[in-house]
Amino acid sequence: MVFDSPKAVVEALTGADYLPDERIAQVVFLAERLDKPVLVEGPAGVGKTELAKAVATITGRPLIRLQCYEGLDDAKALYEWNYKKQLLRIQSDVDHDWDSISHDIFSEEFLLARPLLEAIRSPEPVVLLIDEVDRIEVETEALLLEILSDFQVSIPELGTMHATTQPMVFLTSNNTRELSEALKRRCLFLHIDYPDANREKEILSARVPGLSDHLAKQVAQVARSIRGLDLKKAPSVSETIDWARTLLALSVEDVDEEVLGDTLHVLLKYQTDIEKAAKEFTSSTQA
Amino acid sequence: MISVITGFIDELREAGVPVSMVEAIDGMKAVEMIDLGEKVALRETLRATLIKNLRHEGAFDTAFDVYFSNVPAPIEPDDPESANDVLPSMPERGQGAETEFDLDGLLEALLDALAGMDGESLRRGARQAVDQLAGMEPGRPVGGTYYLYRTLRRLDLAQLEADLIEALMSDEDLSEFEKRLLKEDVEARLEMLRKEIQEEIRRRLVADRGREAVARTLRRPLVEDVDLMHATTSELADMEAAIGPLTRKLASRLARRRKRGSGRLDFRRTVRRSLASGGVPADPQFRHPRPHRPEVWLLCDISGSMATFSRFTLQFTHAMSTQFSRLRSFAFVDTVDEVTDFFGPGVDFGSAVRRITQEAEVVWLDGHSDYGNSLETFYSRYGGQLTSRTTVLISGDARNNYRPPREAVLGDIAKAARAVIWLNPEPHSYWDTGDSAMSHYGKHCTSIHEVRTLRQLEEFIENLTLPSGKTPQNV
Repeated sequence: MVFDSPKAVVEALTGADYLPDERIAQVVFLAERLDKPVLVEGPAGVGKTELAKAVATITGRPLIRLQCYEGLDDAKALYEWNYKKQLLRIQSDVDHDWDSISHDIFSEEFLLARPLLEAIRSPEPVVLLIDEVDRIEVETEALLLEILSDFQVSIPELGTMHATTQPMVFLTSNNTRELSEALKRRCLFLHIDYPDANREKEILSARVPGLSDHLAKQVAQVARSIRGLDLKKAPSVSETIDWARTLLALSVEDVDEEVLGDTLHVLLKYQTDIEKAAKEFTSSTQA
Repeated sequence: MISVITGFIDELREAGVPVSMVEAIDGMKAVEMIDLGEKVALRETLRATLIKNLRHEGAFDTAFDVYFSNVPAPIEPDDPESANDVLPSMPERGQGAETEFDLDGLLEALLDALAGMDGESLRRGARQAVDQLAGMEPGRPVGGTYYLYRTLRRLDLAQLEADLIEALMSDEDLSEFEKRLLKEDVEARLEMLRKEIQEEIRRRLVADRGREAVARTLRRPLVEDVDLMHATTSELADMEAAIGPLTRKLASRLARRRKRGSGRLDFRRTVRRSLASGGVPADPQFRHPRPHRPEVWLLCDISGSMATFSRFTLQFTHAMSTQFSRLRSFAFVDTVDEVTDFFGPGVDFGSAVRRITQEAEVVWLDGHSDYGNSLETFYSRYGGQLTSRTTVLISGDARNNYRPPREAVLGDIAKAARAVIWLNPEPHSYWDTGDSAMSHYGKHCTSIHEVRTLRQLEEFIENLTLPSGKTPQNV
């Protein structure tokens, strides 16, 4: 599916229950047009991973996900030779000379494709999500460069494998460390921040069926207010959605200090943060 | 269009944003794909292709405003004032006299626009306000801050805020809690108005003096280039976000793993392995080297002359304390006190600083820096706990108020520790001028660095290599 304009992206994403702002829509549109990977950065829980999933949904492509972690290596990310199968092959066939066997065991049959290679080799176009790319070491980043710029993987025994179809690539980062310039240069950059109160209200209405307009507005306002405090971990969008669901389950119609105090632990996950927010909101009442 | 975009890219580079050739080409290619009539689309397209770091977005927004703002659009014909001049200049003194202009009407229009969140009429209101109230004088090489201030003062934002709260308040009486939320909502809307006005002023400045000139006036140093000694509070706040990744990098630098295989021979596992090769120890096994756990001690000068910088170092300390389990921090003015406990887990920065200034005993005589006494007290009190794994980071300008430097004690510290690194926020050329005793101390340090900006701090961390043994080299 090709989008005619960023507006078409907005419509499609909204249909998939992901409400993009102008910036997100524009970047998704460009990524599709320019065949460039997108580096999505932002605080935890603003919907970076959700965006890739929603794009997969609206384009009807399968999603291939590579979860990054410290110590990820090429055997886990790119490909690996299936040693056991290779051994079996050698043992089962003692008649042939070594040349033909060695030629044989380094063929695609013995290759285990890991997410990156899988995305390249897929016969239908896919969405490739490389999640939390800031968790891998700087050295490992280099693994990604070839894929991101040329959509190809070089395997010494087999040669270079080109992408049969152009995958859409999303990389997400929580910015716990600076990514290398080389990686950034190859990507479009998209910073997603917490949504403003209006957009958050719309997100809440879309994601939490049965939520009244008034309550959605209040939830969004409280979330903005809490994010304004100096906290260890500000509430994410998914946490405000959880909170709205909680309020709905408790059949609350109107948020006041008391309700907020009782349900604050849904929004905030650190005791010090909860105490601070509670103090902040009760003291504003006394003043 | 191409020339405007290349001019824009030049301006970004001029402001210090690294835009590579590839990115510039990407930007051009991307612009071909979009509808140039839509400003938002153009802005986001250029942003996505040219800017790769959140820290550079401020510079991008300013430059974009200047380069792609349209020339002021004609104002509605029903406004008689607007026809006479593009930039109606208003003499400062004559403010009382010109009252034909309907300020109340404008305020009402703005109020309606804000209450209804009507972007279009808000923009129109802002344009009118700038027209009537800013008193812009053509040709003045200014950035518009004063015009903004003047417009906002005449608009009387406090009154507008109160009116807006009243307008938005539903009939029933609200609880304090709801009032608080409402107030924040109103503040966010007024911020929109402020932005509109600022944009309008910039648009006019550009029309008056041209893009390059205005861009030059508005250019601010990037966060990483701000002088730490003279940073404003908001700049310090921006820096805080940038410090996190830096401390992580420093942590990994200090804990750099030794080369593989340097561990001792693991006899048991080697014999076990040798069974596979018929008892021949063909595959020697080594013990895994223990991961190096660096011990870092930070000594910060928090005296008056270092006020801004020490705030930054304390921020840095705070961020580091989440990275190192064995970080100890000390603060000194003319004597030294340990402040590690103030940065316990989960303590936010503000309260930690408050407690340090109130509770830490860092003043002994008169509250003027005394590095000699501080270092001596430090060594006699904590010196015994220094080990060959301890890295001591000292941050200070080494301005000793002409007191004896007593640098020998730093030599003792350096002997006991793995390394002593001095970070000085003053330019290299100021060292050893006046009461600075930098070279006295410098000769006992493993290395000394000028750290005036975040960029320099980053470079320092990037190039940091520590002696593996404990033989400090003199610089």
